[in-house]
Amino acid sequence: MNEIFPNLAVAYGEIFLGIGAMALLMIGVFKKDSVNLVSWLSAIFLVVALFLTVAGTGDVTYTFNNMFVADKFTNFMKILVLVAATLAVIMSREFFRLEGDDRFEFPVLMVLSTLGMMVMVSANDLMTLYMGIELQSLALYVLAAFKRDSERSTEAGLKYFVLGALSSGILLYGCSLVYGFIGSTNFSAISMAVSNMGEGGAPVGAIVGLVFVLAGLAFKVSAVPFHMWTPDVYEGSQTPVTAFFAVAPKVAALALLSRTLYVPFGEMSASWGQVVIFMSVASMILGSFAAIMQSNIKRLMAYSSIGHVGFALLGLIAGNAEGLRGVMIYMAIYLVMNVGMFVCIMCMRRKEEGMVEDIKELSGLGRNHPALALAISIFMFSLAGVPPLAGFFAKWYVIIPIVNAGYFTLATIAVLASVVGAYYYIRIVKIMYFDEPVEEFVAQKSFPMKIIATLSAVLVLAFIVPQISSPVLDGATAAAQGLSQK
Amino acid sequence: MENFPLLSAITFLPLLGVLIILSINGEKEIVERNARNAALLTTVATFLFSLVLWFSFDKTTAGFQFHEDAEWLGGGIKYNMGIDGISVLFVLLTTFIMPICILCGWNTIKTRVKEYMIAFLLLETFMIGVFCTLDLVLFYVFFEAGLIPMFLIIGVWGGDNRVYAAYKLFLYTLLGSVLMLVAMLYMYGQAGTTYIPDLMNYDFDPHAQMWLFLAFFASFAVKMPMWPVHTWLPDAHVQAPTAGSVILAGILLKMGGYGFLRFSLPMFPVASEELAWLIYLLSCIAIIYTSLVALRQTDMKKLIAYSSVAHMGFVTIGIFAFNIQGIEGSIIVMLAHGFVASALFLCVGVVYDRLHTRDIDRYGGLVNIMPRYALVFMFFTMASVGLPGTANFVGEVLVLVGIFKVSTWTTFFALTGVILGAAYMLFLYRRVMFGELTKDDLKAFLDLEKREILIFAPLIILTLWMGVYPSTFMDFIHVSVDNLVTQHEASMATYHAALETVTGN
Repeated sequence: MNEIFPNLAVAYGEIFLGIGAMALLMIGVFKKDSVNLVSWLSAIFLVVALFLTVAGTGDVTYTFNNMFVADKFTNFMKILVLVAATLAVIMSREFFRLEGDDRFEFPVLMVLSTLGMMVMVSANDLMTLYMGIELQSLALYVLAAFKRDSERSTEAGLKYFVLGALSSGILLYGCSLVYGFIGSTNFSAISMAVSNMGEGGAPVGAIVGLVFVLAGLAFKVSAVPFHMWTPDVYEGSQTPVTAFFAVAPKVAALALLSRTLYVPFGEMSASWGQVVIFMSVASMILGSFAAIMQSNIKRLMAYSSIGHVGFALLGLIAGNAEGLRGVMIYMAIYLVMNVGMFVCIMCMRRKEEGMVEDIKELSGLGRNHPALALAISIFMFSLAGVPPLAGFFAKWYVIIPIVNAGYFTLATIAVLASVVGAYYYIRIVKIMYFDEPVEEFVAQKSFPMKIIATLSAVLVLAFIVPQISSPVLDGATAAAQGLSQK
Repeated sequence: MENFPLLSAITFLPLLGVLIILSINGEKEIVERNARNAALLTTVATFLFSLVLWFSFDKTTAGFQFHEDAEWLGGGIKYNMGIDGISVLFVLLTTFIMPICILCGWNTIKTRVKEYMIAFLLLETFMIGVFCTLDLVLFYVFFEAGLIPMFLIIGVWGGDNRVYAAYKLFLYTLLGSVLMLVAMLYMYGQAGTTYIPDLMNYDFDPHAQMWLFLAFFASFAVKMPMWPVHTWLPDAHVQAPTAGSVILAGILLKMGGYGFLRFSLPMFPVASEELAWLIYLLSCIAIIYTSLVALRQTDMKKLIAYSSVAHMGFVTIGIFAFNIQGIEGSIIVMLAHGFVASALFLCVGVVYDRLHTRDIDRYGGLVNIMPRYALVFMFFTMASVGLPGTANFVGEVLVLVGIFKVSTWTTFFALTGVILGAAYMLFLYRRVMFGELTKDDLKAFLDLEKREILIFAPLIILTLWMGVYPSTFMDFIHVSVDNLVTQHEASMATYHAALETVTGN
């Protein structure tokens, strides 16, 4: 078990990113006017890390005394995280070029937080889990408050920090309880211990610990009832930060949650099942109903993300490979829809006012900016889960496993929640196409932004084509089988 | 030509038109003209293509023809296309109605012509897809996808209260359909396949059938629409532009009936039989209630919308009579309603284009200045009433014959609807057409122009053809319906035999 020298090959991506982030910091500090350089280098480093991750064999490999794992599941999730992070870096670059307030720390923090997410995805020990989460969160706290002279941004950062610290505390408490009652922090060891205890044999303390850990993780994925920070932070942060928040950390936290529930506590699914069912149902319902009242597009996206997390959690409830596969497909599609949508939100800019965020500002967009309106409609219908768009298939693949597992009521609640959700998504379409036009936005000139938006819209449209969807479906199948076999 | 994917070609040909229209750029006038032409050309080409089905369809077999099979999502979900006697005429109905819709919006749609044409072409693809697909998932995709263009058609080019109507259409239909989605997922889990012919042969547990039937019922009853979930239809019809109403009445409503025939009846035979009373009850209420409501309408489109609900009541009664006459009759009623209701909405569109109101009281005495229009309107009024010699008559008689074998009371109530139907249609005709021409703004009306005659002519011909010599159409459906009924009786016999063994022991 104890290697003299750890197998580093498994973690090349993380190591590279870690060193890269330090290098970027140096460049930023010692070289004047290096924002552009640092930004693009960050994007390149993230892409290189992506390649290093893809280059991995996908065989299950442990390293660092079993605290770190790499398999097909981690590869899949890391690809999502890195793609989301790269796009967010590019988007923020374009954003700050127009908005000013350009500082090189921004991309560096993004890279550091991405590193944290990769560690989270690969965590195979409660210690690694905590380390990954903290590395990710610390960077995110700063990013949320990045516009330091703005009251809203500072408020967002502070709120996120205070609540995040609280949840970290809960998580840590849960970890210590688990360690105390089971005797190990290592996932493989916990798994073995739990299965030795047999059905219902886990000590109460361990169950309480598990629930605490779940609560801490629920905060990170912003599942109800630990969602309160989401709308405020989404609204208060600058848009590229929100775009980053909306995808990468969610994917990473959900990956971590999946592994935690499936690997160490897989045998205790009767205990955590109820908790996850509650979180899932509450998130779907709250996400659907609360979003109806929103007038700020970023707040709306926040509630939308809460609802979507509820849907993604459905997959975990089934507790089998099929369910996990659903979660992975869901996150992949969620990533594309959200990235695309946030690019569109960043296009909401006027000459005098700068960025606008009120939904009413979209009035008549169908006439002023037909292409932008078309893209937003595609994302909206997809988020609502209307076929033939990708969002429908995302829902399809998480609902199949729970129906097969016999949770008919749950499936019905889910689809009904999606109808309520459809109401506020199509409201945006209504505003864009049915209402009278207001003042035009500044035309989007940035080439990368256009590419990202177009590509995401095309992917969302074309997911129905087997050639497009099969890599995701097959990748998720292979990865899910690997994880749930253990 | 043997392996040419004809159905896919017909289904996706309109998408080609969408791409062509998307690529048109330039001055507004030219863009609009080209968009109109491209849309008309595409729909006509699709229609001509689909005529191949009419000529090369094998009427002697009940199996699925023009079958296509390709990999899709994996896990037993495949891209399967195929048609049988039940679906072939619906495909043709769709491709036939579409050029008429495009023509009818030719001059009246002045804003965002390009988007309008794109929406209709997209809708055509989805509608044809619904009737052609043999895969459950694909069916759901097409079935739901049609909501997006319909939502936009009503919302962008509709009347004053269009937003409300568009929302109502979208959310109502979606709500019904998601329940069907859960049922579909369950069926997929049970049978391990989504291939419709396999599912038809799969015996679902009788208890589960009840739930599955109700879930599918939720979707199809809304789409149909059946009382009491019909309320979206009058709103949608009234607010939609004329072509939108035509599509709604002509094709979209048929999806519900088609769904009952394709899914509910063959896949859940026991539940269908057990719950037939519910269908009879709702249909009879629909026929009588909506006919009475139609009598009191002051809005022409609303009146015809309610009459649609009543006619659809006949369809559901016919389907759940479980015999050949009933089912054939219901298919004929659907087709006939596709022609007649579409034509009636077009008739309303003719005067609406001239006066921009649908209020019946604003009209009167039109027969004096619009003789040709009066003739056309008279013809379709009579057809809607079910005058012998028109298509509706054939269908309604068959339905009534079919249901008479099963339930005399249902026949009685349904027949009341026929009388009430005559009352509200003739009442409408009298108020709009006859009387003195006193209103000044009506006096300047011009009679039907060439484009409008061109629109009505094929509808009149088909209505008469189907009314006088229905065999042409019945030949297509007969073998498939016969097979459907035989299968149904066989599975009911098995079920009863199984019941007897249980109670016998």
